[in-house]
Amino acid sequence: MTNHWVDLKNSDLVIVMGGNAAEAHPCGFKWVIEAKKDRKARLIVVDPRFTRSAAVADFYAPIRAGTDIAFLGGVINYLLAKDKIHHEYVKNYTNAAFLIDEGFKFDDGLFSGYNAEKRSYGKDTWKYQMGKDGFAMVDPTLQDPNCVFQLMKKHYSRYTPELVSKTTGTPQDAFLKICEMMAETSAPDKTMTICYALGWTEHSVGSQNIRTMALIQLLLGNMGMAGGGINALRGHANVQGITDMCLYSEVLPGYLSAPTDADVDRKTYLEKRTPKALRPNQMNFPQNFPKWFTSLQKAWYGNAATDKNDYGYDWLPKKDAAYDVLAIFERMHQGKMNGFFCQGFNPLASVANKKKVGDALAKLKFLVVIDPLATDTSEFWKPHGEFNEVDPSKVQTEVFRLPANLFAEETASFTNSGRVIQWHWKAADGPGESKGDIEILAALFLKLKAMYAKDGGKLPEPIMNLTWPYRIPAKPSPAELLMEISGKALGDVFDPKDKTKVIVKAGDQVAGFAQLRDDGSTSCGNWIYSGCWSQAGNLTARRDNSDPSGLGQTLNWGFSWPANRRIIYNRASCDLAGKPWDPKRTVIKWTGTAWGGNDVPDMRPDAAPDENVMPFIMTPEGVARLFAPAMADGPFPEHYEPFETPLDKNPFHPGNPKAASNPAARVFKGDMETFGKAKDFPYVATTYRLVEHFHFWTKHSRINAVLQPDQFVEISEQLAQEKGIATGDKVKVRSNRGFIKAVAVVTKRIKTLDVDGKKVHTVGIPIHWGFKGVTKPGFITNTLTPFVGDANCQTPEYKAFLVNIEKV
Amino acid sequence: MQVSRRQFFKVCGAGLSGSSIALMGFSPTSALAEVRSYKLAHATETRNMCPYCSVSCGVLIYTTGDKSKNAKADIIHIEGDPDNPVNRGTLCPKGAGLMDMVKSPNRLKYPEVREAGSSEWKRISWDEAIDRIAAHVKKDRDANLIEKNADGVTVNRWNTTGFLASSAAGNEAGYLTSKILRNLGVVALDTQARI
Repeated sequence: MTNHWVDLKNSDLVIVMGGNAAEAHPCGFKWVIEAKKDRKARLIVVDPRFTRSAAVADFYAPIRAGTDIAFLGGVINYLLAKDKIHHEYVKNYTNAAFLIDEGFKFDDGLFSGYNAEKRSYGKDTWKYQMGKDGFAMVDPTLQDPNCVFQLMKKHYSRYTPELVSKTTGTPQDAFLKICEMMAETSAPDKTMTICYALGWTEHSVGSQNIRTMALIQLLLGNMGMAGGGINALRGHANVQGITDMCLYSEVLPGYLSAPTDADVDRKTYLEKRTPKALRPNQMNFPQNFPKWFTSLQKAWYGNAATDKNDYGYDWLPKKDAAYDVLAIFERMHQGKMNGFFCQGFNPLASVANKKKVGDALAKLKFLVVIDPLATDTSEFWKPHGEFNEVDPSKVQTEVFRLPANLFAEETASFTNSGRVIQWHWKAADGPGESKGDIEILAALFLKLKAMYAKDGGKLPEPIMNLTWPYRIPAKPSPAELLMEISGKALGDVFDPKDKTKVIVKAGDQVAGFAQLRDDGSTSCGNWIYSGCWSQAGNLTARRDNSDPSGLGQTLNWGFSWPANRRIIYNRASCDLAGKPWDPKRTVIKWTGTAWGGNDVPDMRPDAAPDENVMPFIMTPEGVARLFAPAMADGPFPEHYEPFETPLDKNPFHPGNPKAASNPAARVFKGDMETFGKAKDFPYVATTYRLVEHFHFWTKHSRINAVLQPDQFVEISEQLAQEKGIATGDKVKVRSNRGFIKAVAVVTKRIKTLDVDGKKVHTVGIPIHWGFKGVTKPGFITNTLTPFVGDANCQTPEYKAFLVNIEKV
Repeated sequence: MQVSRRQFFKVCGAGLSGSSIALMGFSPTSALAEVRSYKLAHATETRNMCPYCSVSCGVLIYTTGDKSKNAKADIIHIEGDPDNPVNRGTLCPKGAGLMDMVKSPNRLKYPEVREAGSSEWKRISWDEAIDRIAAHVKKDRDANLIEKNADGVTVNRWNTTGFLASSAAGNEAGYLTSKILRNLGVVALDTQARI
């Protein structure tokens, strides 16, 4: 979330799309209700199903799963055509005025630079025109045909209400009504917020779904405002924190992009990641990258990291290929992996194409499951009737299952969706011999270290040199670890303006990332968390919930990264002169000498407005990107059909089969053949969560199992009639990858849609069942889902695929 | 005059009106009128968080005992934390069942192994589990860690063992997991953030 949970109450218009907060995030959704009650805010829900969020909405519109870009692109066209945008904001705070290379083209669904064989783009033309002064060229009048604003206008002019409705199945009048409501928030003192979740991410165009809404929020001037922003309602209680710690291959803690084979040494690595400002006077905050990275190296290698050995740069693994979860299971399926660990993760249930995942696990030498619960994955080798058909004698994988503690049994910090880090305390020991994750990992590491010390082995240096300053080596304490994450001075740290003045004494905790250095004098495990445990103590444990501004900022409750800032990009909540667009909801303002107000300013505190330092400090441009060359599948979002589509062509590009589905999405060899066709699998399927269950966990909890005991699927009255299915009938739902059986629920909440001249039916599939649990045993729904992901981050396409359904 | 609740009703039943008895100064002692004592009043309250969705609601966990060395704490109740500015004491139908998650019959209690080709679990000790897993890890790492690529560039990656990290773990466990795995050379690393 760019904003935070309580801030939802400050909105004038709440959009719930690609999510269902009332059921998936009920206690957060309460703040939407507060906005309705106290501010007379309105709520719009766009979803294939009439959800419980829709039930309390002021306006609901149905949509075909997988067509959100068509819908939102249509909104962009409406805003531009009707001139319902926040002009001053767009002109100054986005790259609307920037000139793009004249070679940049978009032709029949493909951007310039497409390589069909590699399914990827060369980006030679996706760039700014550069001036002789070394800065990007701009046209402040926004009239140049190659400026971002004009290119964007042209790109979305194709998204007419007729084509939008024909593609999405949303009735045209409902679509236009929503455009009108959104357009009202182009007034500088009105804000709209968006609550989305996996309904947007789990598509082959997932990243671009979100970007399309980001473009709308920028056109309307809603970023940085109280009650505005782009708000991802994330999955687990600490999925935000684990993302920040970067437990995935692309990045090191704090989103520092991981070294690849091309980064031959530290100098090359740093140069590529330390950008130069693209416009005069901008903060270009990533210029500090060397400070963040060097401080991480010092946190990991301590005294063994010196300028003589590049601070241990060579000890870090370099990445040669994709290692996202789909790529990992693809490698495993090809027999290229020997060992695997699942820590609090149940991939047999939660990764696409269960059969492929099960077959892959059976090719391992060893699998280690670390979990509080007996997961389905831990028994992938065990027959559970028709729910898991397998012959154990043919599975040669050695499987270890280690009992872990859960939330109530650990002291730790969790980071909520609104980036607020909060400390919690252990209440009791776990059952039996269970241990905490920290203790389990420490035991394994210390054992390995002893083995390398005694017997030697390959590359022992990073193991032997890894800092381990914990008072009880076998039990590093959460406090010690959070202090390491937050960072400290190893030597005295001096004021850059006055080299004789010590600002942090050697051994003290740093107050924040501004005090980190690239000369080895500071250590910090994760720069964005820097300052969360300062000399003032553990700020994540603060419990002062006072809210003097009335905006719900609670600046003394926990610690919000970065720098305890609650609303990021908050400089954009003010005009160029530093006056809030809406003084009644002042986030920050220029006081004459400094930035101040009701939040930690997202701006150099003494940057006077006439210095022209723009609000988006994390880009070298200083402004937000309407045109974003970093995306893999196009600098502007474009509608592509899901890989399994009920249509025989993309209505936006009917003549170009290459542009039917995302041309830059990765498809593994052999997987294209596993995609089903509409003639065999005529119905659109989408998966989702229920209010009574959480993922694949609560099927182990008695009360939740009592509330929702039995697996079911939902279909419309029309489809039920066509197929002769009644509520309570057992049905079989098949995709090209397998089948599940479940109880049918016939409902008015799912409507049959008119799409491109045909009737499209939707089958709704809740995800929560499996063969382990105290619910009735059920089928794993990801038996059905396709093994293809988003072009940028490889999130699998769970939300739009094809099935058939029949009465058993 | 001490009158117990039971005697009081007996007296009333004998034909006198309750109010007149009270006027005469007869009333049952208040302590004895309590059906039973309020359990949570003697419990230890610990501030914690719901582990489910990313609202990350504050919860209060009540345990028996006073956290003294020999008193084994047992969780007897979990409810929303009214001080938490986000959930303000509320919990949803998922979170309202947290006790049953903590006490689930499917909680793992000791390390187990399923040997290759076997059709059952076997209980083992922590020492045996860690020894055997470490042996597997070291053998695979020593055999397959790639020190230099075809161009002679030092790459030090080990991509034949992978790890999926938990989003239910705290930041501290997550950080330590990253610190250890990266320095073993692991690149096949992912988490629920992806899905």
